[in-house]
Amino acid sequence: MRFMKLAIALVTLGVMLGGVTARAAENTIKVGILHSLSGTMAISETTLKDAMLMFIDEQNKRGGLLGQKLEAVVVDPASDWPMFAEKARALLTQDKVAAVFGCWTSVSRKSVLPVFEEANGLLFYPVQYEGQESSRNVIYTGAAPNQQAIPAVDYLLKEMGIKRFVLAGTDYVFPRTANKIVEAYLLRQGVAQDDIMINYTPFGYADWQSIVADIKRFGSAGRKTAVISTINGDANVPFYKELVNQGITADLIPVMAFSVGEEELSGIDTRPLAGHLAAWNYFMSVETPENEAFIEKWHAFVNDPKRVTNDPMEAHYIGFNLWVKAVEKARSTDVDDVLKAIVGLEVPNLTGGKARLLPNHHITKPVFIGEITEEGQFQVVWQTPGEIPGDAWSDYLPESQDLEADWTAPLNCGNYNLKTKTCGGSGN
Amino acid sequence: MIRHYFRLLFMLLPLLWAAAPGSVLAGQGIYLPPEVKASLSSLNVNERSVAIAALIQDNSEEAAALLSALQGGVLYVQREENELYLQGPDGFTALTGTEAVNPERGRMRRVGTNIRQRDEIIRFLNIRSLKHPLAETRRKASAALLTAPDIEPATLRGLLAAEEDTVTRNNYTKILAIKTLSDSGAGRAELLAALRELTVLHTPEAQQLIRARRASSDPQIAQSADRALRQTEATIQHIALFETIFFGLSLGSVLVLIAVGLAITFGVMGVINMAHGEMVMLGAYTVWGLQQLLPGQADLAFVLAIPAALLVAGATGALIERTVIRFLYGRPLETLLATFGVSLILQQLARTLISPMNRAVETPAFMSGMWQITEHFSITCGRMYIIVFCLAVFAMIYLVMRHTRLGLSVRAVTQNRAMARAVGVNSSRVDTLTFALGSGVAGMAGVALSQLTNVGPNLGQSYIVDSFMVVVFGGVGNLWGTLAGGLIIGMVNKFLEPINPINGAILAKILIMAGVILFIQKHPRGLFPQKGRAAVQ
Repeated sequence: MRFMKLAIALVTLGVMLGGVTARAAENTIKVGILHSLSGTMAISETTLKDAMLMFIDEQNKRGGLLGQKLEAVVVDPASDWPMFAEKARALLTQDKVAAVFGCWTSVSRKSVLPVFEEANGLLFYPVQYEGQESSRNVIYTGAAPNQQAIPAVDYLLKEMGIKRFVLAGTDYVFPRTANKIVEAYLLRQGVAQDDIMINYTPFGYADWQSIVADIKRFGSAGRKTAVISTINGDANVPFYKELVNQGITADLIPVMAFSVGEEELSGIDTRPLAGHLAAWNYFMSVETPENEAFIEKWHAFVNDPKRVTNDPMEAHYIGFNLWVKAVEKARSTDVDDVLKAIVGLEVPNLTGGKARLLPNHHITKPVFIGEITEEGQFQVVWQTPGEIPGDAWSDYLPESQDLEADWTAPLNCGNYNLKTKTCGGSGN
Repeated sequence: MIRHYFRLLFMLLPLLWAAAPGSVLAGQGIYLPPEVKASLSSLNVNERSVAIAALIQDNSEEAAALLSALQGGVLYVQREENELYLQGPDGFTALTGTEAVNPERGRMRRVGTNIRQRDEIIRFLNIRSLKHPLAETRRKASAALLTAPDIEPATLRGLLAAEEDTVTRNNYTKILAIKTLSDSGAGRAELLAALRELTVLHTPEAQQLIRARRASSDPQIAQSADRALRQTEATIQHIALFETIFFGLSLGSVLVLIAVGLAITFGVMGVINMAHGEMVMLGAYTVWGLQQLLPGQADLAFVLAIPAALLVAGATGALIERTVIRFLYGRPLETLLATFGVSLILQQLARTLISPMNRAVETPAFMSGMWQITEHFSITCGRMYIIVFCLAVFAMIYLVMRHTRLGLSVRAVTQNRAMARAVGVNSSRVDTLTFALGSGVAGMAGVALSQLTNVGPNLGQSYIVDSFMVVVFGGVGNLWGTLAGGLIIGMVNKFLEPINPINGAILAKILIMAGVILFIQKHPRGLFPQKGRAAVQ
């Protein structure tokens, strides 16, 4: 009998404790992290997962959000595009996360887009991309083409006096669209069609011998030539290695890359690459107190003083802070309330300026041109005087020059046609 | 406004210099007015441009010394004091000659230059070197001027008159010819002489000028311009052909390297080994690992990695054979699935244990650079070594299979297992050794690939399809078939690529794949079908 009582007491205590912990778990705000931790994209996306965990950890140390702790829900879509949609659905409907930070490739974003729109979720997308999209449920914290490609081309044309352009890219949607915009822009700037060479290669392409020889030949026509590279991921290392092998240094034919950051460089012996260029909205080497503090915190968090920081990490930093600020302003984590509160908010970026969220769900960003240094870092050689507002629909393509995105009342439209004064539907 | 202020300052710079009491020669320390120091150490690249322009205009010995330090990337600024330092072999020395207060590495920031600034500095230094007492220096400087003839013809004529070195004189004459071509007021006789001078010269700038003269209204000028151009173009075409052949050989040798290990495990043993690519990956990681263990000795580490990769990948292969494959002989579907699983496990192990990111492998000194064969045709050393390495590995495998006891046992076991066992061959040991050999060779291929592509968890995946294609095309079970198959596929690929300049690489891949499939329809046993009883099985 006594034992019985004791047992009942223990069980009750257990249930109560269990209930308490269960309630504590219910009282957290869940944040979804949708980045590949295995498969081909793990190389880029793992870092972003770590960065998000750091931001959430810091926010919790500051006392959480709306009096509640944040809880990270990490899932692994394994670089598999349909799996991205599945995992996104699970995050939104089962875990009921307040916001999701995730995706890298455009195809993964396109595959989760219908899920977010249908379940009314909120996605923060941190990577520079091809534009031509604006969804009510996505906040694009990476650069649109006018915040990366166009300023980079301007730098080549005006600062370096480049006359001939090789547009080399991996064969998928970002390079194809970015190159279409760049080509249209170059033609408009008076570059002849003959002075533009376009080349596409498959993912992970490794045998660059003939293409580099072609570029060399194209560059020896007597006019200063540059390569605009949208070569993605793993194909970059063999590409740069072949450039070095064939003796193409930055002073002969400079390469301006849109997809090569600090992290990609950490896998290459960069000494022979010094002088080649990249255009980003953030470089680890930018000397500001914010950035130095950020790098210090990052090294402490991952416990590795050699880990680099990069542009998409800064985009997540901005996106996370925007979301926190919007939640605080709305006093709610409800997606509709947050979306209403978030437009027009301003948070500091890491390079000494401010990022403002525009009605088209893109943000304002400064643009930097960096030269690769022997240490595997970038040295800023040019920057825009202020921040540039992201443009969802390119002004240089005939099919999108009349389109505007505005997710505030009264328009509330992702692709409003200024000429016909109609909204072409939601998203794209 | 600020810019203007700086301009003004720099116009006064030579005066400041002359007036400065501490002005001393380079080597003992350079005195810089504080304003110049401030702008050189500025974070703003445009401000540094103004400083460089002023230093160029100053044209003094000190300015040249400072600019060449800047161009060489050895000029640093100490962040707290904004003091300039020169980096030498034994640390930093202050530019003013005074002791460094805190020349600690982290506090130093290199004074950066961009391409355009370096171009300007190099041009400036080149023109200065034209008057250098050493003939060798003058030769180099005049050769550099050929590509950017940024000098007054009158100055050039003066230099030419004073010059005694024939190479330099020759360069000057060519620069003068280029100058004549770009001069719209040049006379007919002058132009013809210039075009004659430039027929054998291939600098892009000269070509561009000659091209412009082809449209000349004077038929004789147009004709000689045309002749000069056609000569150049013919040379370029010949070079392109040789290049394509070399590229084909090089791609082919990479294919043979990655396939030859599979030719043993799949071709001879009949095991569909989907983890073959990961053996290649292990070999590449071995290079990286050894380079980490032997810092500063990239060459030695690379050479040691060849036998080390054979051992590492071979041992892993033996382990896989002992624990997985041996239970699945004669069941190809299960083998395929099991080895695919092994491949995924190995990839994720690399991600978790090492890093999901690629690792940087240093290129050994002997493998970097070009081998100049003729004046205009050169091949890359790295690729050359890989072709040689491929042939060496192939020869090794061939000798092992043909002329060693192990090779004899392997052939015996694959031809008739029961008979081989009856005559005393330990067939299960032979299986393990053969699989280990095939895996080890794949590891050696990884050593070569570490010089061409990413060393990371995804390395193997990108090559697995290609290696199966080569083995099937060449003929399963025949080593010569693998060699011929790889080289043919590589060569055809490179000749197909130019068919479409926009996405030839993709098209060539598709065409090759389709071609191999069609070929297999007609010749199911590949290029060199195995003959004899083994083939009938």
